Amino acid sequence: MKNLNIFMTGVGGQGIGMLSEILVRAVDYAGYDFKGVDTHGLAQRGGTVVSQLRIGENIHSPLIEKGEADIVIALERHEALRSGLEMLRNDGTLVWYDTSWQPLPVRLGAEKEITTETVIDKVLCKKNIRVFRQNLPDTRMQNIAVLSQIVKNDLIKGMDLETCKKAMADLMSEKLLNINLKVLED
Amino acid sequence: MKDLGKMLLQHENFSEIVIGNTAIVRAMIESGVRVVTSYPGSPTPEIGTAISSIPVEKRPFYFEFSTNEKVATEVAYGASINGHLSCVFFKSVGLNVAADTFVQLGHMKLTGGMVVVLGDDPGAHSSQNEQDNRHIAKLSYTPVLEPSSPSEVYTFFKKAAALSVEKQMPVILRLTTHTCHQKEKVAFDSWSPTEPDNTPRFSSKNENYVPITSKVFPMKRRALERLDHLETEHPLSDLDIFHDNKSSRGVITFGTTYLSLMDVLINTDKKPDILKLAMIHPLPKKKILGFLNSHDEVKILEELDPIMESEIKTIAYDNNIKCRVLGKLTLEDNVGEYTPDKVRDILNRTWTDLVKPSSNQSSTIPVPARPPQMCPGCGHRSAYHAIKKALKDDDIKVGDIGCHTLGFLPPYNMVELLMSMGASTAIASGMSLFNKQRDVVCFLGDSTLFHAGAAGITNAVFNNHNSTLILMENGTTAMTGHQEHPATGRNFDEPTQKIPVRQMLEGLGVKNIIEVDTYQQKKLIEAVKESVSIKGFSVVIAKHPCMLKFMRTQKKKSGYLLRQVHVDQNKCDQLNECISSFACPTFSRDDKGVITINSDLCIGDGSCVQTCPVSAVNFDGGKK
Repeated sequence: MKNLNIFMTGVGGQGIGMLSEILVRAVDYAGYDFKGVDTHGLAQRGGTVVSQLRIGENIHSPLIEKGEADIVIALERHEALRSGLEMLRNDGTLVWYDTSWQPLPVRLGAEKEITTETVIDKVLCKKNIRVFRQNLPDTRMQNIAVLSQIVKNDLIKGMDLETCKKAMADLMSEKLLNINLKVLED
Repeated sequence: MKDLGKMLLQHENFSEIVIGNTAIVRAMIESGVRVVTSYPGSPTPEIGTAISSIPVEKRPFYFEFSTNEKVATEVAYGASINGHLSCVFFKSVGLNVAADTFVQLGHMKLTGGMVVVLGDDPGAHSSQNEQDNRHIAKLSYTPVLEPSSPSEVYTFFKKAAALSVEKQMPVILRLTTHTCHQKEKVAFDSWSPTEPDNTPRFSSKNENYVPITSKVFPMKRRALERLDHLETEHPLSDLDIFHDNKSSRGVITFGTTYLSLMDVLINTDKKPDILKLAMIHPLPKKKILGFLNSHDEVKILEELDPIMESEIKTIAYDNNIKCRVLGKLTLEDNVGEYTPDKVRDILNRTWTDLVKPSSNQSSTIPVPARPPQMCPGCGHRSAYHAIKKALKDDDIKVGDIGCHTLGFLPPYNMVELLMSMGASTAIASGMSLFNKQRDVVCFLGDSTLFHAGAAGITNAVFNNHNSTLILMENGTTAMTGHQEHPATGRNFDEPTQKIPVRQMLEGLGVKNIIEVDTYQQKKLIEAVKESVSIKGFSVVIAKHPCMLKFMRTQKKKSGYLLRQVHVDQNKCDQLNECISSFACPTFSRDDKGVITINSDLCIGDGSCVQTCPVSAVNFDGGKK
């Protein structure tokens, strides 16, 4: 497989950190070399949070060049558009959870909220996977709902249900693991 | 679930996926570090998080979050001259606070050794500047090692510790944001614990620790000789990386810039030779001379300031070298992190045939910016909402470092200037001079009060300055991840004597103090009005616990019920007070102006209820 650049984004508090930690461990179980990096600190307070993961051979920096992401994973609509436009390759895949956490300028009435259609129409890519699930046990499991689609669409060869389960078992208490596995396998 | 603490103490060798801030803790353990101190600051506080995964009774070293970086450095220094290998870590600008003590360390005989771990922040991801602490390393005669990855953080720390112990001198391990937070699989060595020696070995009989008058000179000479030895002998030469691509061009670089360089060069067949240095101060002269002599052109690829460039140009000049040394080409080369994009553009400007410039993937579709926000329920939001109503438009509002700095954002616009930790009170004092027209108000967090705030307050009392301090007390060090501070009644490991904020202020001689919970809007407005009207120095303690921390505890309790507010659409007149003035991120507005609650965000604190002029925001019933 050729190297893959995976750019993850969302709003602080949505669970990007957990999703990126699961992915890192899952691709490790799948036998890949990798480099990753997360945003920490103040930006997490309701700002845009970013995590980058590069997998394959001969990778040095964890940072992805603009327009060089093969996959953009977004947990929020505005962030899906932002990173879809700035980071994603034209032959790449956008997988995103369709929820809106209105940014400050939208709430203050200075700018318009981004619509679902805009994300579908305006992001140039090979594949645009919108994720939305009614009745998640907890909205904080939207990240696992997205992970489930990544696995189902086989976006990262070799990273399957089994490797994801192993990764999640490394990171979650048994109780949390069981609820999340249901979302993953659903 | 994997147990990080157990892993870090494992005797057998192992591999694990970690960030740089975790890898360093295993290196401390293997190196036999006995005392570690810090003040929390990004990008380093996760070192403390990794340490906290080891139960105190099993931890092979003592750890504390001290009250500030200077104190942390002094505790580590005291331990070192008593014979214990010590380590202090903090963020870039923390070194400014520590500097008064830090610059002396190089003069001293550090019997036990001491590693100073700096978290510099090229790109200013979480700091008020991008200061290049190699300058301070130079002025203090301290050697610097700089790793580029978690694996190197682990290896370089151990080398730094060994060097420090051997030479009894301080050694800096300079990390940057993306070394601290970079993730990879690191292969860790085995560890066999040894029985620690607790003998206090300090002795002033054979060694001078009092640097005054003529006694300074032999100490300074020793510092210079130690550096000179490292420069000529280069004992850490093995840590350098050299790529021989049989080119007449060369690049000298270090740190994460090296990673960017390697990625950018991946598809070019004209790769220059690369020398990546591990020890970046002092520079290994002989090695650099050899590299210059064997190339026609050498690029110094150096993030932030041209420190290495100046030194290498000096080496080239002194030795009459023919090689062309290429440094920074524009002022912009001094600005920002050397990401792969940035390195690509710099290389392209240096050697146009080498790589293409970075893609200018820009879009005409605007996406609303998303600045960081105070969390739902944050007491600072309630504070600013009330204080704004209490103040006149042209009053001067001085901010300080902490989550409450976010009050600079609209719609609050309550922080008009910001400098450094604890600076607000004294700046406000200066602004009150000759000023009869505009009231001066300043803000300060509670952890920052203990860090560096007391001196400004004491001065305001001592010299009777006319300003009002609003102490934003949230009972924790929130911004860096909820570390304890002297007013919380706990230290890193255990319950401890509490130093209440009010008592401290009274002890400093502050006469006018009003304490209000920030959720009590009317009371807070009155308190601020009253305090501002007082001639002289006054304090309002605007307190409310950090709700992010509070909710994390609440959610773990059995039988916890999440309640949320809702907007009664029959009552709502779309006055937008909740959206445009109070501005909790929980409130959303659709294109018809209808205001609703984002149920992903509302924590049910209810701080918003009293701010609705038509009482349209109310609680719903409990829901799981």
